[in-house]
Amino acid sequence: MSGSPPPPPAKLDVLAQANRRAKGKRPWFFNDPDVERVLNITLALAMEHAVTRQRLDALERMLQSKGLLIRAEFDTFALDAEAEAERTRWMKTYIARVLRIVQQSSEAASDDERGAEPAMDDLINQLRGESAE
Amino acid sequence: MGQRENPPSWAHVGRHAAFPQAAHDDTARFDFLANLNGFLAGALSPQVRHAYEHDVRPAYEKEHGQAPENRHQVRRAMAGNPTFALWSALRRASMEMRQQAGRSLVLHQLDALIKASAALNADSPRLLLDPSVQVPRYASAVDIHCMPGGYHTELMENDVSAAANYDCGIFATTGGMLGRFNDGGGQALVKWLREAHPNFAPRRVLDIGCTIGHNIVPMALAFPDAEVIAVDVAAPMLRYGHARARALGANNITFRQANGESLDYPDGHFDLITTAMFWHETSAVAMPRMLREIRRLLADGGLTVHLEQPQYAGMDPYEQFIRDWDAYNNNEPFWSVMHEYDLPKMMASAGFDPTTYFETRMAGVVDREIFPVASSSAEDHGRAALWTAFGARKP
Repeated sequence: MSGSPPPPPAKLDVLAQANRRAKGKRPWFFNDPDVERVLNITLALAMEHAVTRQRLDALERMLQSKGLLIRAEFDTFALDAEAEAERTRWMKTYIARVLRIVQQSSEAASDDERGAEPAMDDLINQLRGESAE
Repeated sequence: MGQRENPPSWAHVGRHAAFPQAAHDDTARFDFLANLNGFLAGALSPQVRHAYEHDVRPAYEKEHGQAPENRHQVRRAMAGNPTFALWSALRRASMEMRQQAGRSLVLHQLDALIKASAALNADSPRLLLDPSVQVPRYASAVDIHCMPGGYHTELMENDVSAAANYDCGIFATTGGMLGRFNDGGGQALVKWLREAHPNFAPRRVLDIGCTIGHNIVPMALAFPDAEVIAVDVAAPMLRYGHARARALGANNITFRQANGESLDYPDGHFDLITTAMFWHETSAVAMPRMLREIRRLLADGGLTVHLEQPQYAGMDPYEQFIRDWDAYNNNEPFWSVMHEYDLPKMMASAGFDPTTYFETRMAGVVDREIFPVASSSAEDHGRAALWTAFGARKP
C-alpha cells in the first residue's frame, strides 16, 4: 500500500535511528516510571489509531467521490439478525482480548483468597524438596 | 503557548525541492501531534495552573507563611503534583513522538534527500563547510529540544537528516503558527525593519546560528541586492539550508560553517546582524562573546536585532515556572539562564551605546494561506507567535 515506507538506505538502521533517544537525562514525571512507559505506549497506539481512522476516512471519501459508496449510508446501514450476531460476537471477543489482564487479575485475586496458589519461591523449594527425597 | 482553535493540517506545510516526501500516514501523525499539543495547551495547561492556585500554592503558604516568590520555589512545590505530572508526561511524550515521526519519515528517504540537496548545492560558492569547526559544548552537552543527535550529528556522508527532520516537524510542533515555511519569525523581522527603519537597506547582512536559514531567507528575499552571510556550527543544517534557500529562490545567502564567537570578517563589515531564537541555545560565556563580536562586526550606522522568547522579568513566578519547563524537560538548559538576563546591561557590556538600545514585542506574521479565517481581524489572539526583539544601533 502507498503508506508503506520505501526500502531504507543500505547502511543505516532506520528503525533504531528513528527511535533513538535524545542525549540528556530524561525526566520521569510519575512516581512509577513503568506507568509512564505504559502511558507512552498507549499514546503511540492512540496516534496509530488516529492514523488508521484518517486513512479510513480518506478511503471513504475517495470511494464516495468515485460513486462507489454513499457515506451517509454508514449511519443508516441496517444489519440483518445474522450479521448483527456476528458483529456482536466479534465485539465481545475483541473486548475480552483487550481487557485480558483485567480478567486474569480478578481470577488471580479469587485464587489468592482461597490460598490456592503458593508463591513461586515456595513452589520451587517444595519441588526441590520432593526431588531430594 | 496560547490557545489555538484548530491547527491547520500538515498537508498545508510549505514544500520545496529539498523537502522530504510525506505519505498519507506521515501527515496523519503530524496532525495527531498538532492536535495533541493543542489539547495539552488549551485544555490541560489551565488545569495545571488551577492545581497550583488551588492546591499547591495554598499548601506552600501554609508551610512557609508566604507564597512562592520565584520560579524555582514554584518548581519544587509543583514536583509531584499529579496534574502537573500528567501534563508534563504527555508533553514530553509528544515531543519524543514528534521526533520519532520526523526521523522515521526522513531516514527512510535519506538517500533521495541527500541527492536532492546535493543537486541544489552543486558547485555553489555559497556553501562553505569547514570540518575543523568544533561543535561547542552548549550545542552538544544535550540534544537541544530532544532532537536525537542535535543539530550537528551526521549519520552518513553529506547528511541532511537532522535538518530535514527539523524542517518538517516545526509546522506540527507550532500548529502552523510560524507559517507554511516556518518563517514567521524572519518575516516579522523584515516587517519590523521596513516599518521602524523604512530607509534602511542593508548591503551586508549576517545571521548567526541560522540552522536551516528559515528566518534569514525572508530577509534575503526582501533585500535581493544585499550580500547575506548565514553561519552555524552544524554542517547538516547548512547543507540543507543552502539547498532550501536555493529552492525558495534566495540566491544571495552564503551558508558558512563557523562559530559566531569569532568570525574572520573585518571590523564594521556588516550593516545588519540578526539572530532568531538563538540565544537561549548558547551559554553564559558564548553569548557575551558573540555580542562583542557583533559590536565589532557592525558598521557605523549599522543595526543589530535579535528575536527571542520574552524575558522573565515582570512575569509572575508561576508564568516563569511554566515557561521554564522546556529548560528542565525539553533539553533547553540555557533557556532558564538566558531569560533572566538584563539585556540592556548585556548589550552595554558588549560595547553598545545604551542610548541606542531598543526592545520591542514582535508578532509572527500570520500566513493567510493557512489561517484565512483570521484574515479580517486586526489581532490574531493566541495564534500569532509573540516574541521580544531587542537590539542596538551603532552610531
